[in-house]
Amino acid sequence: MASLDLPMIWAGLLALAVFMYVLLDGFDLGVGILFPFAARDQDRDDMMNSVAPVWDGNETWLILGGGGLFAAFPKAYAAFMPAVYMPIGFMLTALIFRGVAFEFRFKASGSARRIWDQAFHWGSVVATFSQGLILGALVQGISLEDGRFSGGMFDWLTPFSFVTGCALVWGYALLGSTWLIIKTEGELLAWSRITALVSAVVVLLMIAVVSFWMPAIDVLAAERWGLRYPHIDWSRLLPLTPIPLLVGVAFWQLVRSVRRGHTYMPYLFSVALFLLGYVGLLVGIFPYIVPYGLTIHEAAAAPNSQALLLVGALVMLPLILGYTAYVYWVFRGKVSADASYH
Amino acid sequence: MTDTLDMTLLARLQFAFTVSFHIIFPSFTIGLASYLAVLEGLWLKTKNEIFLNLYRFWVKIFAVSFGMGVVSGLVMSYQFGTNWSLFSEATGNVLGPLLGYEVLTAFFLEASFLGIMLFGWNKVGPRLHFASTVIVALGTLLSAFWILSANSWMHTPAGYELRDGIFYTTSWMEVIFNPSFPYRFSHMVLAAYLTTSLVVGAVGAYHLLKRTRLQAARVMMLMALPFIATVSIMQLVAGHEHGVNVHEYQPAKVAAMEGAWETREGAPLLLFALPDQEAEKNHLEIGIPKLASLVVTGSLDGELTGLKAWPVDERPPVAWVFWSFRVMVGLGMLMIGLGLVGVWLLWRGSLEQRRWFLRACIAMGPTGFIAVLAGWITAEVGRQPYTVYGLMRTADSVSPVTAEAVATSLIVFVFVYGIVFTAGMYYMLRLARRGPDERASTPPPDDNLRPPLGALLGRRRDETAEVKA
Ligand code: HDD
Ligand code: HEM
Ligand code: HEM
Repeated sequence: MASLDLPMIWAGLLALAVFMYVLLDGFDLGVGILFPFAARDQDRDDMMNSVAPVWDGNETWLILGGGGLFAAFPKAYAAFMPAVYMPIGFMLTALIFRGVAFEFRFKASGSARRIWDQAFHWGSVVATFSQGLILGALVQGISLEDGRFSGGMFDWLTPFSFVTGCALVWGYALLGSTWLIIKTEGELLAWSRITALVSAVVVLLMIAVVSFWMPAIDVLAAERWGLRYPHIDWSRLLPLTPIPLLVGVAFWQLVRSVRRGHTYMPYLFSVALFLLGYVGLLVGIFPYIVPYGLTIHEAAAAPNSQALLLVGALVMLPLILGYTAYVYWVFRGKVSADASYH
Repeated sequence: MTDTLDMTLLARLQFAFTVSFHIIFPSFTIGLASYLAVLEGLWLKTKNEIFLNLYRFWVKIFAVSFGMGVVSGLVMSYQFGTNWSLFSEATGNVLGPLLGYEVLTAFFLEASFLGIMLFGWNKVGPRLHFASTVIVALGTLLSAFWILSANSWMHTPAGYELRDGIFYTTSWMEVIFNPSFPYRFSHMVLAAYLTTSLVVGAVGAYHLLKRTRLQAARVMMLMALPFIATVSIMQLVAGHEHGVNVHEYQPAKVAAMEGAWETREGAPLLLFALPDQEAEKNHLEIGIPKLASLVVTGSLDGELTGLKAWPVDERPPVAWVFWSFRVMVGLGMLMIGLGLVGVWLLWRGSLEQRRWFLRACIAMGPTGFIAVLAGWITAEVGRQPYTVYGLMRTADSVSPVTAEAVATSLIVFVFVYGIVFTAGMYYMLRLARRGPDERASTPPPDDNLRPPLGALLGRRRDETAEVKA
């Protein structure tokens, strides 16, 4: 046991949890973002039904992210949460409205239904945007003193975090539309394909903007990527070029698979885009868990705490992934009216 | 300094508000999930449509309540970090893994199989569907297990070592099964079951009064009333044991619950009093001599330590603890009464003529929630001024954020919860008023009810009987 680097294992597991969250809740938030733009009421019902059975499980990854951070890196949790106090508040409020909309919408009638439609849409948009703000705040770095938050309540509010917020909204819209390609038929399917193409292009642009901006505001990322403007250090940049190249490939394949009418490929390539963007970010931050004040090792919980939970995670995560897969399998195929219990 | 004081007060208010809002839904969903599992099991076993109709009816209400439980719970799990970051930093080693286990063993289970439970009727067979319901019910209980373990540890810390202001675990067994945990867990689970059965009883009584959905209403009453009678008595026993445990570990809390300022032997059980924190005494005391000593210590002349034995800044706000405790126990007594009378009336077969009793059932519908809130206020206010009892003060637990930020978010939460709660209550009440379907396609005739259900119900079967309003 002594040779196990528990903090690193936990950092990896948390990174995985966050990625699972983005991949899964990303598409149902995306469906919410796209919701009002669909042509007909029937389409909106189908859109909602396509995610209704699974959204709660998807959101649980967010709880694992928060809970896992608390358990494995309490110092990071304690330092980071106050710094993003406000965006977390926005996100939670938005998720409340969005979460109850699933139940309320089908129980409401007439104009009340419109209200919950709006709650679902704006809840999804604001929750996503806030997650983007939080991401931006993290990348910029948090002011710490003795490992505790020492900045202001509005430190997170910068042009950069605003852009990461927008980027994430488009990113989830991409995941949402490619999910709808899997789940829908007819006109809604055709519409989802167009939406997927548009969002893919915007996402590519956003990735480019964030990638070139990040080194300008963040010394560590500049160093890692060899982009200390105006100076470019090719010896550092070159080994990392596969990442942007693969982004290009994923984008190209995504567009191609949508145009060829594939069902699952578009979603998988969107996930690949996200994965590459995520790796690109982590490269710029590692080994910090709260940039640029606490490293993974500094923030780690006591070894016996990390070990206890690791045992649980190693037993439970495969199980969780297993039954999550089972639930998705139960609800496989196109959405149909009989999926609803209302 | 004043700023941190304000900050502490605001953070406390915010925590109290959001967790009180949250607990309303678990109290109901824990019980309802188990009830649904029983209903579906009965349906599979007897093939009596009425159980299926009841299932379909309650599962809709369950879904609304569960949804609100999930979103308000999400807020809770982030609040530790946003408002109580110093607390999180200090206790993360101990509480983190417990909450982590809650997510891994309970939340994923509930959230995933809920999908099948709600939307899977045409996708999986009846047995798998039943399995999903059971799994969700199990998930809610597991979740209660872990979170109550965490909460109990804060009341009766054990198995830890404190170094440089940070808690480290020395024994996980002692942490998880800390001294107050078994009591708190059983008391809370009983509370959830009781709360749910009171709601079921109220809905049943409503339809019996209105003479609608009679079949289903009778089954609901038949299931709820004997259950209320049994569980409320069990709750009295569990609550008493819990109180003895509290007396052992948090005597100041018991002193506040009893409103006892002076240490004395043969302390009276106060039925009424107005505790005065400043003057260190009660006004207008009415009590039963020696009873408090008997209940807490088991002997009429047992000694009960009074609040004056603790320095002023170590005493909890007495009036809150004193009164919330009385509300809980008082309601508990009423529940026992309701259950016993109900069973008597069922036995006599005159339940449906006793309109006053049906009205009483409706009136008692929300009392489970009130007792749960009162119980938590007793427990949590009674442990002030500490977050980790005797070790970490509430004032040293709060985050370095500004009072304005906490105040603003508190206002937003009050506003948002107000809207969501109103809408949720409205939809749930509307569903409850409509009642279970009695589908025309397969009208379940009365005689389909097997004994003992049918036998008991048979005593009053003239649905057409005119009953004056
Ligand atoms: C006695 C039981 C109990 C208590 C004291 C609490 N909860 Fe809770 N919680 C539940 C019992 C529960 C529950 C029964 O498992 C849920 C699932 C749905 C519901 O209505 O309640 C729930 C939902 C729920 C969720 C959403 C889980 C999901 O997605 O399924 C979270 C994140 C929390 N809770 C977190 C908390 C925190 C941080 C608490 C303490 C401050 C807390 N709960 C007190
Ligand atoms: C779910 C039912 C619960 C209710 C209704 C409840 C109620 C309350 C109330 C009213 C307070 C404020 C006391 C005061 O400030 O005077 C409080 C404080 C607190 N409770 Fe609970 N509580 C519950 C469960 C929990 C659980 C499960 C935990 C932790 C695992 C917890 C942790 C805390 C903490 C950290 C505080 C500190 C803030 C403070 O002391 O004011 N509570 N709670
Ligand atoms: C009938 C007599 C009852 C007695 C003697 C009793 C006793 C107690 C005691 C001593 C506590 C304080 C525990 C602490 O401070 O840590 C408590 C807490 C609590 N009670 Fe009761 N109780 C009774 C009835 C009820 C009923 C009917 C309900 C709800 C339906 C209820 C729900 C709760 C809850 C939720 C708590 C807080 C959690 C906990 O500490 O267990 N109680 N009770």
